[in-house]
Amino acid sequence: MNTPANLKYTKSDEWFDAASGKAGLTDFAQSQLSDIVFVEILVSAGDKVEVGTPIASVESVKAAAEIYSPVAGKVTAVNGELAGAPETLNSDPFEAGWMIQVEGADAAGMLDAAAYEKDCEGRAH
Amino acid sequence: MREPTIFELSSPGRTGVTFPVSDVPKFDLPDDALLRKELPIPELAEVDVVRHYTHLSHYNYSVDEGFYPLGSCTMKYNPKINEDTCRLPGFLFTHPLQPIETIQGNLALMFEMQEWLKEISGFAAVTLQPAAGAHGEFTGVLMMRAYHKARGDSKRIKMLIPDAAHGTNPASAGMLGMEVVTIPSDADGNVDLTALKAACDDRVVGMMLTNPNTLGLFDQHIVDVVKLVHDCGGLMYGDGANLNALLGIVRPGDLGFDVMHFNLHKTFAVPHGGGGPGSGPVGVSKRLADFLPAPLICIQEEADEENPPLYGYETPKQTIGRMKAFHGHFGAIVRSYTYIAMHGPDGLKAISQYAVLNANYLMARLKKYYRVPFDRICMHEFVMEGRFEGTDIRALDISKRLMDYKFHPPTNYFPLIVHEALMIEPTETENKQTLDSFTDALIAIAGEAQTNPDIIKTAPHTTPFGRMDEVKAARELVLCCWLPENLPD
Repeated sequence: MNTPANLKYTKSDEWFDAASGKAGLTDFAQSQLSDIVFVEILVSAGDKVEVGTPIASVESVKAAAEIYSPVAGKVTAVNGELAGAPETLNSDPFEAGWMIQVEGADAAGMLDAAAYEKDCEGRAH
Repeated sequence: MREPTIFELSSPGRTGVTFPVSDVPKFDLPDDALLRKELPIPELAEVDVVRHYTHLSHYNYSVDEGFYPLGSCTMKYNPKINEDTCRLPGFLFTHPLQPIETIQGNLALMFEMQEWLKEISGFAAVTLQPAAGAHGEFTGVLMMRAYHKARGDSKRIKMLIPDAAHGTNPASAGMLGMEVVTIPSDADGNVDLTALKAACDDRVVGMMLTNPNTLGLFDQHIVDVVKLVHDCGGLMYGDGANLNALLGIVRPGDLGFDVMHFNLHKTFAVPHGGGGPGSGPVGVSKRLADFLPAPLICIQEEADEENPPLYGYETPKQTIGRMKAFHGHFGAIVRSYTYIAMHGPDGLKAISQYAVLNANYLMARLKKYYRVPFDRICMHEFVMEGRFEGTDIRALDISKRLMDYKFHPPTNYFPLIVHEALMIEPTETENKQTLDSFTDALIAIAGEAQTNPDIIKTAPHTTPFGRMDEVKAARELVLCCWLPENLPD
């Protein structure tokens, strides 16, 4: 399981990068979902999101999942490439697989990498 | 050998029908811009068509052919007598628009079916209209909304739904614009009472709960769950998908549920799984009875010494309206009526007892080989994990391998709260030999996972097509049989 130390995490498997304002789905979540075959980003640039606002809907061969905003703020960009290449979420969840970029957001209350890893281990058994 | 497609079998000019010489004047179509220039219709003789589809039908698998332990679907055997009764001419050749005096037998059957479902479930009234389970849910949630609205209580928009629920539950609430609040399960597989308590407030429409739940577990605090929801002014919706565990043992109406749909195509032996249609009657408690869809079947004139009762239609006072053309899927209702009549109260109870016994027998034999995350007496089904320590074998691989052993796989990857879930529901109609050969197959696969994992990863080996590439199928959709450039401009 890959959990970059510079990112913050949620228990519902989203990551947020305070430096770039980008957010997406974690490596652990993509491995649990297995092959992702469909992604729809549910928000647009200019939208305001709260913590918990649904930002994307993802389907794999196993399951469908909603992805929630890990932070509050204004969406400045969404990743338009994902819809045409959902497998990016499997191959590169933290870089090319980013979903939305949010401005004015902070990661207060989110987990650091170590705490998130521990949470994932608890769930794997 | 691969069966060619019907298009590949086509040969220009070949035909199954010879048209007579036209005896009407030729007419030019008014606007050919609206018409396709080409329409590829396969050209075959009748015998080729019959053989093609007969070949394809041999690839099919059904409950008439073998064990079908698809969890949550209750794939019980469907007695053939049900097919005879629903084809009786009095049922088959009548129309719902006939005057009621001429269709008294049909109305009597539907009236009695309403009464029987009331008795089985403990509800005050029943509609037979909904087309199947999810339509029954939608009907039930519409009534819940109408109930709150009629009381002038407009701020209720939250529907509480456990994380083990069928996906149709949040979908039904979502279709009515309600906000879905997910309630987690606790360590024993019950509704987490602390989380439920925190979610209960004056904005709650109600709760949608399947009991036994999709883990096959009867909620040990069901009375507390119902009370918490009622105390905050909410209504309890019961998803009747798992009713096959409860017949003659527990009545949802007695537990305090306000509304529940029945799946006649699960519990009451209507064929389903490509053989539909289903049927999803809904039962309600007294306080929702006035909101039922119209019409219901009633006794219009009581019987007297000389005449039987006259059956007819009635409209509940605050009805949500009609949910389905005419009276729902009447043929399905006749099948289930036959099934209930054939078994009687004691027979129905025995159905549930054997369904629960069979599931527990499978679980007891398998839990040494597969991890069962919620290890307590199950009801009509149970969920185990399709993975083995130190291997990368997944539930999907095990299911594919089961096909080599000539069994339909169990439900995969549901409920979502269990890793690599395999959800197994044997139903009451299977004998001990069948249950033993199924468990023997799963035990053999657990052995192969250690000695020959490749044979599982590459299964199935004995089916006409082998392992399908489901990722490619989902990512590269081909949804029409000719290319878009052949379509008109």
